[in-house]
Amino acid sequence: MTRIDPLPDFEARHLGPDSADVAAMLGTLGYDSIDALVDDVVPESIRMEGELELPDALTEAELLGRLRRIAADNEVYRSYLGMGYSDTLVPGVVQRNILENPGWYTQYTPYQAEIAQGRLEMLLNFQTMVMDLTGMEIANASLLDEGTAAAEAMHLAHGNARGDANTFFVSERCHPQTIDVVRTRAWPLGIDVVVGDHEGFEIDEDVFGVLLQYPATDGEVIDYTDFARRAAEAGAMVVAAADLMALALLTPPGEWGADVVVGNSQRFGVPMGFGGPHAAFMAAREAYKRKLPGRIIGVSIDADGNPALRMALQTREQHIRREKATSNICTAQVLLAIMAAAYAVYHGPRGIRRIAERIRAQTSVLAAGLEGQGHDVLTDTFFDTVRVRPAGSADDVLQRADDRRINLRNFGDGTLGVALDETTRPDDVDDLLRIFAGDGELDLSAHALEADGAIPELPGWATRTSAYLEHEVFNRYHSETEMLRYLHKLETRDLSLKTSMIPLGSCTMKLNATTEMAGVTWPELGELHPCAPMAQAEGYRTIFREIERWLAGITGFAATSLQPNSGAQGEYTGLLTIRAYHEDRGDHHRDVCLVPSSAHGTNPASAVMAGMRVVVVKSAGDGSIDLDDLETKASEHAEKLAAFMVTYPSTHGVFEAGIRRACEIIHENGGLVYLDGANLNAQVGLARPGDYGADVCHINLHKTFAIPHGGGGPGMGPICCNERLAPYLPGHGIHETGGEKAIGAVSSAAWGSASILVISWAYIALLGRRGTRRASEVAILGANYMAKRLEGHFDVLYRGERGLVAHEFIVDLRPMKRATGITEEDVAKRLIDYGFHAPTVSFPVVGTMMIEPTESEPKEELDRFCDAMISIRAEIEQVELGIADAEDNALKNAPHTAAMVSADAWDHPYSRTQAAYPAPWTRESKFWPSVRRVNNAYGDRNLVCACPPVEEYAEVGG
Amino acid sequence: MSEIPSDLHYTEEHEYLKATDEDGVYAVGVTDYAQGELGDVVFLELPDVGSSFGKMDVFGTIEAVKAVSDLYCPLEGEVVAVNEALDDDPSLVNSDPYGDGWMIKLKLADANEVSSLLSADSYAEHIG
Repeated sequence: MTRIDPLPDFEARHLGPDSADVAAMLGTLGYDSIDALVDDVVPESIRMEGELELPDALTEAELLGRLRRIAADNEVYRSYLGMGYSDTLVPGVVQRNILENPGWYTQYTPYQAEIAQGRLEMLLNFQTMVMDLTGMEIANASLLDEGTAAAEAMHLAHGNARGDANTFFVSERCHPQTIDVVRTRAWPLGIDVVVGDHEGFEIDEDVFGVLLQYPATDGEVIDYTDFARRAAEAGAMVVAAADLMALALLTPPGEWGADVVVGNSQRFGVPMGFGGPHAAFMAAREAYKRKLPGRIIGVSIDADGNPALRMALQTREQHIRREKATSNICTAQVLLAIMAAAYAVYHGPRGIRRIAERIRAQTSVLAAGLEGQGHDVLTDTFFDTVRVRPAGSADDVLQRADDRRINLRNFGDGTLGVALDETTRPDDVDDLLRIFAGDGELDLSAHALEADGAIPELPGWATRTSAYLEHEVFNRYHSETEMLRYLHKLETRDLSLKTSMIPLGSCTMKLNATTEMAGVTWPELGELHPCAPMAQAEGYRTIFREIERWLAGITGFAATSLQPNSGAQGEYTGLLTIRAYHEDRGDHHRDVCLVPSSAHGTNPASAVMAGMRVVVVKSAGDGSIDLDDLETKASEHAEKLAAFMVTYPSTHGVFEAGIRRACEIIHENGGLVYLDGANLNAQVGLARPGDYGADVCHINLHKTFAIPHGGGGPGMGPICCNERLAPYLPGHGIHETGGEKAIGAVSSAAWGSASILVISWAYIALLGRRGTRRASEVAILGANYMAKRLEGHFDVLYRGERGLVAHEFIVDLRPMKRATGITEEDVAKRLIDYGFHAPTVSFPVVGTMMIEPTESEPKEELDRFCDAMISIRAEIEQVELGIADAEDNALKNAPHTAAMVSADAWDHPYSRTQAAYPAPWTRESKFWPSVRRVNNAYGDRNLVCACPPVEEYAEVGG
Repeated sequence: MSEIPSDLHYTEEHEYLKATDEDGVYAVGVTDYAQGELGDVVFLELPDVGSSFGKMDVFGTIEAVKAVSDLYCPLEGEVVAVNEALDDDPSLVNSDPYGDGWMIKLKLADANEVSSLLSADSYAEHIG
């Protein structure tokens, strides 16, 4: 760098500790350089040679300039493509205060319910909205996209099937990407998918479920009542994939016989983003409430008996069910579900209905205009989409559309689809009529047609008569001032990275820098339809190409697929490529997947979804993989060995020296190695999975590469693999992607949630070759520094060969639980009183906590957290010594709300000050939980998953 | 220390078999140890009266705040009664596992098979 080059700025902003802090932390650990520390942490046998092939770091200003130029290569045409995605008007108050607000996007999944009541309330609103609009009795919050939601519904129906029924019927009028994803998911499980016309389809005893699109992909609103009745009589479950906006006007699926309704909530104020992220949903009849995949928010009570929200039925989740799981859904799309719910809250039932009526009115006007011009409108009953057979050549129409920078859907059979949305204006309809007119002349404008009364009523069977969104929350906040304050009220109930560190082991809650986030809401990136031609997405192509290359380089692999939408989805996709590889070689019988007992629960769940049999490998006493047991199991199953799933560094927070040998054992027995990249943040620039023996890995971009957690999504789980598996990387029906022997689509969109790839792209570009490695080094330093500071107070459960940990570590709370009855949960809740979010509780070892500081937290924050833990340890000691009461103490009663400590009565043996201000910093800035400890069992026994009536709050609250 | 009544029969999967007044009919539930490990029970999925199960077949699931677990049929038999009180109050499994917390009554295909199950002492040893 010369004296006139721009000052490098980002690395120092991204890293918490400055050089003096780093020196001090190294001093505490007895090292004189970070290199020496890293040499002792990362086994020499796996260290990468040389440096990563990444560019030099850009400054923040340079990055934004480059992104502007790249984004300008995208061409945002007016889109009438439909297919489940619609342009939408994101309310400004929602965009700025949720999507662009770290107070909403930096939270973790709401496991600590007491400090998550804000987003839990908005997610409950989401469920209520979905239940109301679909006419169903329970809904989840949320799923990854409509395609995978439909596939999850297929699994639900399959699990519910009587006898050996093994066929899932899919209407040919479903969105094509949904059909693709359902087919991919059915393949490893041996489910027969029959795609066809529902009207002629005979539902025999082998059919366990049917999938119908409502309205159909070509726009037709079909009366499925008879078909649904036939399905019910035959014992098949009816799944509807529905458009929420259409349901504001149409008879909801719950009223014509659907058992399950899935769909995408994107058009409720979430940008299309060339594929995502958006929140999909699943709603069902009451009977299936305990079978619904994904997370469900429920109403319970807190220790004072006041209403409090939390995630319900958590033990149904894959991480507990493991190889008995029926779904591997983990990270979902919480932030986007929150946006969609906020859209419904802001518009309310009247507003939503007016938007829907206007869309239908414009579509009616368009249809009348097209018929007036002599075209054949093939759609009889429509909401927002018509299919048209032009009087002349469809190609000519498409050419004229292209000239006007307009995208229409080409069915390829001489017919065209036109789908309108809330952004469509009368001028736009006029433009569409001009395009179809051929001579560019407009006989009758949209306004003239409207005046002619071109808007027919919907037929009676299709007309919705039931009310929706009647709850007060959807009828209160319709001015921007009220909405702003409602969003703020909820935000202040949640602990986010705005408040303090979130030291969640295995979750890597690092900085989500403002500059990295900037591009997400740019129209050039946000307004592209996922099915827009690639020629209009040159900017995205550049980003995909660069990040694919960078991620492959970081993991030491040959190829990348950006399609999987979450880490668990990446696991599943990676295993499918392994499956395809074996099948391609004629090894159809290879179906055993070895999984260490310490694996994240999604691992065995993903293996089951990929049609594999899970065989568990033991952990040795020191927490590492028991290589002897691995060898035994691998050779025992050598004939059938398909894969080994392993996390590295291990879920125990240790760089195991035996990893290379473990990979060799698997290869010697004919299997391939799937590496769970959840802990990649410990090894960027230091070690590469491809070098030490893995064949494929996923990368949680929402961990290592700075996509914000969003309170439980969006995430991204791209996979990287070697030459051997590259041919099988997933393809896609809409855009060309994947290998030459590609497996089918695993996501609705070809590049998953394309718009947030920009965040990770920016992270790598801003840190560059040196900074990405530095981030891993400082993450390792931070974890070891904290482990050192907690020494003597807590036992660190597992360490590597030289007594060091990786980027995270486990503290053992079991001894004090045995001695005092104070549980890990008590400690987690007490941390709230100190202003902190608990570390990961009881994973991967029950009764412990796993702490991961990340490189972004300054030394001062690490110290503050350690001080809180040490202070809590002293409080436990008071119980141990009998000084504090065993039951009525600050830990058992935690967290303490403002209402509790300011109440007139205080009859606890400890002081109010100790309760609420246990550490000096809480005097300076106090985070108050909005409820006391939430009762999980009460909520699961009395399952309520919709907004309760306001009176109920009053009653319970007394 | 969890309670292990001496007159019952046990499985390694923590179910018990308890004689009823009727010959060859036994009540099936989970042990005190199991309910303690599971934590607060919130929901049970139990079979219909009249269904039959083989030895170690899954006859239902038990859902608690800490885990969801399958329930295994200790011996072959037909379900002659289901404890409907658990629908309203699944916590009976926690408060009275060997009494009001029973789950199904099973008419055994072969009552002699009972001796193949674990005794209280063997079960105590099993859970350590």
